[in-house]
This record gives sequence, C-alpha cells and structure tokens, in this order.
Amino acid sequence: MLFFYEIREGIRIAFQAIRANKMRSVLTTVGVVIGIVSVTLMGTALEGMNRAFDESIESIGADVLYVEKFPWMGGGDWWTYRNRPDIRMEHATALERYATVPQAVSPSAMAMSRMSFRERSVDGVYISGTTHRYMEFTGTDLLYGRFMTQAESESGRPVTVLGSEVAENLFNVENPLGQTVKINNQSFRVIGVLERQGSFLGLFSLDNQALIPMNRFLRMYGHRRNITIEVKAGSLELIEETKEEIRGIMRRERRLEPWEEDNFAINQQEMLTSTFAGISAVIGGVGFFITGLALFVGGIGIMNITFVSVSERTKEIGIRKSLGAPKRSILLQFLMESGFICLLGGIIAIIIAYPLSLIIDQVIPTAMPVSIVIIALIISFTVGIVSGFMPAYRASRLDPVEAIRHE
Amino acid sequence: MANIIKIRNISKEYNMGVEIVHALRDVSLDIDKNEHVAIMGPSGSGKSTLMNILGCLDTPTKGLYEFNGLNVSKMNDNELARIRNKEIGFVFQTFNLLSRSDALHNVELPLIYAGVSSGERKRRAKEALEQVGLGDRVTHKPNELSGGQRQRVAVARALVTRPSIILADEPTGNLDSKSGDDILNLFRELHEQGNTIIVVTHEKYVAEHSRRIISIKDGLVESDVEIENSRVPNGMREELTA
Repeated sequence: MLFFYEIREGIRIAFQAIRANKMRSVLTTVGVVIGIVSVTLMGTALEGMNRAFDESIESIGADVLYVEKFPWMGGGDWWTYRNRPDIRMEHATALERYATVPQAVSPSAMAMSRMSFRERSVDGVYISGTTHRYMEFTGTDLLYGRFMTQAESESGRPVTVLGSEVAENLFNVENPLGQTVKINNQSFRVIGVLERQGSFLGLFSLDNQALIPMNRFLRMYGHRRNITIEVKAGSLELIEETKEEIRGIMRRERRLEPWEEDNFAINQQEMLTSTFAGISAVIGGVGFFITGLALFVGGIGIMNITFVSVSERTKEIGIRKSLGAPKRSILLQFLMESGFICLLGGIIAIIIAYPLSLIIDQVIPTAMPVSIVIIALIISFTVGIVSGFMPAYRASRLDPVEAIRHE
Repeated sequence: MANIIKIRNISKEYNMGVEIVHALRDVSLDIDKNEHVAIMGPSGSGKSTLMNILGCLDTPTKGLYEFNGLNVSKMNDNELARIRNKEIGFVFQTFNLLSRSDALHNVELPLIYAGVSSGERKRRAKEALEQVGLGDRVTHKPNELSGGQRQRVAVARALVTRPSIILADEPTGNLDSKSGDDILNLFRELHEQGNTIIVVTHEKYVAEHSRRIISIKDGLVESDVEIENSRVPNGMREELTA
C-alpha cells in the first residue's frame, strides 16, 4: 500500500515538474521523439513488408516443389547454374510417368506478349503455359467460366484463361467468355477468367497473365525452351519423400553418375521464406541499430535534464527526506519524472509517425498495428527509466542535512 | 519514567581534510515525555549538530542514542527515515515548505511516507491546519501566505503524524517579533496539550519561553537548568493581565 502511495506521489510530482518546465520538458524529449519516430517507422515498414510477403507467399503452395535450373536460394556460382542443361518437357513427362508419391505434376513456362481483342490491345502480358492440373497448384478460383480440360491441355487447343486485370483491360464491361483474342497474332478462345490475386511481393501482377495449354505454348514459343516443373506433394509430410523421389528420377533422366552433383534445382516455398526472413532480419538489424543510436542520444539528453532537475530540487529532496521519505521513494520520484517525460516524447512521436507511415505507404507497404504503438510507448518509458536511473540514484543518496541547507 | 530521549557520551567529529573538527564532545542528556526544552548556544557551539542527531538526520561518531528505547545510533538510513517519519516533527527556520504545493499537500506529505490512505491524509491534514488556526488557508500555496502563516503550516506538518517530539530549529529566526511570538505561543499551547517540544535557538528570549534550558558551548553541555516561571509571550501577557 505504501509503495502504491509513493508511486502516486511520484507521478504527481512528475506531472507538476513537467508542467512547471513545459518548454524544457518538450525540448528534452526531442531526442527521444526522433528515436521513437524512427523505431516506429522502422517497425511499421518491416511489418508492412512481412505482411506483403506473407500474402504473396500464399500464392505458392507450401507443399509445392519447383524443378528448375536455378535455385531460389542465393549463393554458389551463377555461371555454374547458367551452364546447366535446360529443364525440358521430357523431364516433366518422365516425372509424371514414374513419380508415385506426389499428387500432381505440371510443367509451366512464361513469356511476355502483346494481346489484343478487336481494336484493343495490351502489351506486356505474361503468357503462362500450363496444364489442366493448374488449379490444383494455386489457391485461386475462377471468377467466370471454366478451366482447360485434359483433352484441351494435351492436344494444345487454342484456349485461354485470363487474369482479372487482362480481362478488364481487354473487355472492359463486355463478357469475355467465348470471345476470340489474339496472342502473338494467333487466335485463342477465352474459356475462363481468374479471380483477383494481387501482386507477388509487389513486383509483378498475378492478374496480368493469360494461361494457355503448355503444348500450345511450346509450339508458339519454341520447344527448346527452359521450363519449370511444378510438383505438388499433396501434404507437408510428403514433401521430403517427394523431393527424394523426383531427385532420383531427374538424376536418372540426366544420366548422372553417383559422384556427380545435381545439375538441376528443386525449389520450395520454405526457401523463399527463409531467404526473406534473412533479408528482413538484416534490414531490421541495421535499422534498429541506427534508431538505437538515436534513442541513446535521446536518453543522454534525459539523463542530463534529470541531473539538472535533481540539483535544482536538492532542497526539496532534503525536505522530503527530513519528513521521512526513504531512499526508494526519492529514487522513484525522479524515475517517474524521467519516465513520464520520455513517455510524453513517445506519444508525440507516434502522433508524428502515423501520418508519415501513411506517406511511406505510397512507396512501400506499411502497417502500424496497435502492438507497435504499445511497444514504442514501452520503449520510450524504459529509455526514461534507464537514463534517469543514475541521477535518481544520486538524489536518493543525498545527505538530508546537507540537502536541506542547499539554496 | 517516560524517557523519550537518552543520550550517553556522544561525540561527533567532522573530518575537514587537514583537521578533525569536534562538533560534540561527550554529551549526555535525557529528555522526558511532555518536556518543553530549549537547546541554546551561540553559532559554532555544536547545537545544530546536536539537533541533527536528536532529529535522526545524522548519527553520532561515538556514544549511545536511544529514542523510545530504540538504539538509533546503530540504524541505517532507511530506518532513520522511518523514525523521522513516525516520531519526529520538524519545524525549520526557513519553513522548508514545498513551494509548488498548497498548504494541505504540504501538511499531507509525511503521511504519504507513512502509508496513510488519501482520504485519511486529507482529513488529518485539515485537522492539523485547523489546530494551528489556518483552517481557511488550506488551498493557499506558500507564496500566498505570510511568514508567520508559513511557519504555522510547517508546525501543522510537524503535528500531523502525532510524533513523540517536535523539534524546532530557530523557529522564529525568519519572523518579525509579532509572528515569532505567535509561534512561541503556539508551542506553549501544544506543550500544554501534552506534546514534547525541543527548540534549538541562539536567542535567550526564545529559550526563556521553555521550561528547561540546556546551554551548549564548544561541543559540551555548559548548563542544564529548569525554569520555574517561564516567559509568557508578549501578546499573551497583555491578555493575561487584562
């Protein structure tokens, strides 16, 4: 109970002191404000990045493996990867024929082309070659129409399923189903439209694509082309087993001797996640180091002003001590004061940081959840307590006889 | 025998670097409950040192100090703070009020450190202010009060914890003679109500208002005498004779 009264008295004194020295308190907080603004913006940007990544990564199934020439994870010699043989359709066929563990195998390839419908045309559409199994690999649904059938896929019929952006650009409000569009001057019939998916890592729009049968794609863009083979394990437990099986099949197809290394890569979502986690940790580390410096400088300012406050109020400390205030109570009084000055700085900082984060959001995705606000306030209060400790401790140890004589 | 203060052979030395100053040498004295004592001596006599030790603001270098049977000379800072809070009410020459707080909060202050609840604190602080005749000045800040009124707030602050002793250090030193007499008169009343009062002063006039005068000189007790007819403050005398 006594402790509670002491804290309450401490808070009362703190606010009295802050009110009595408004200008000084506000100026003192500037350092802390800068520190907390940068901490908050840093956190906001990281949070936004993480969220954008999480949303994007959802479009890649966690149980899907990608057989490709280049590994997603960095490192290694680029030229070694560059000189590997291409992944071809025959590998996809072999995987489809021999693999027993995975649920589905589907080759895919991508090219950029111009698309047109009557007099309207769009440049730079991603033309994706795929198979009728595509829908098993993606988390997306169809907005209208249907997907390609196995027959259409295998015979390479000129049919296409459009991404929502492409459909909008070419058809505006018209119904695209059954219409004929031109890709690379070849006619395709629109059989379906995919629902809106957004962009991948903010880099390329998944809605700006048109899906066509793989066999048609190869005829248009050439058979001797490096492709990607997507393999769906069916569940996360089967991922390792699937990986081993397709690795064996690929090595056999490539006729690799046991001592030779793989000349292909088996990629999975996890690799992106861990690479991203690494990047985000580095950005976070560097960012927080810089903001830590700003907070440190702010903290020194608080320490300085608390020393001033202690020496200005030496007599008051003497009076309180003569009336029976224990050391703890004096310590608490000054810790509360420095803590609340910093908390004030934290609040000012958040008021500044919030509109700033909205501006930054125009460039990179940001998000300021309540947790960041609370963390920022806790950090600012802590900075106050830590930097106020030395002067407060000194105040608590003052000799009452000397202190009370101080003018 | 209700012995509040028992001092045996205490000395206080200050190390001033080149020489050691003996502020008190081998002082012994007893003060009983409900005494009204003046400790008198010129500046440099050691009376301030004695007052600091009596008030548990400082501890002696040598000797024994018992307060209500507790050995104060061996206590640490926080234990001393506790004794000051519960047992001693201070009145200082320069009032020593908190300038940013009103009279009520100033009087409340020792009760905060005693862990008394807010409502109880306010009630008792108000009561103490009424006792010193300032019931109508509760919300005034020190700079809105006269010197005499400020000192009465300080007396109320000393009374509010119902301490064993009230220790006043030159309580009239910063007051005009009228206000000074008022304060001396207040002490007299408080003594009559059963309080134990110790006044430290260099003024014979002030000391003569008490019932016992302990004179200190060069760190030693020079004399310790009871006064049969203590002086009645000027204002009072007129009232008494009228």
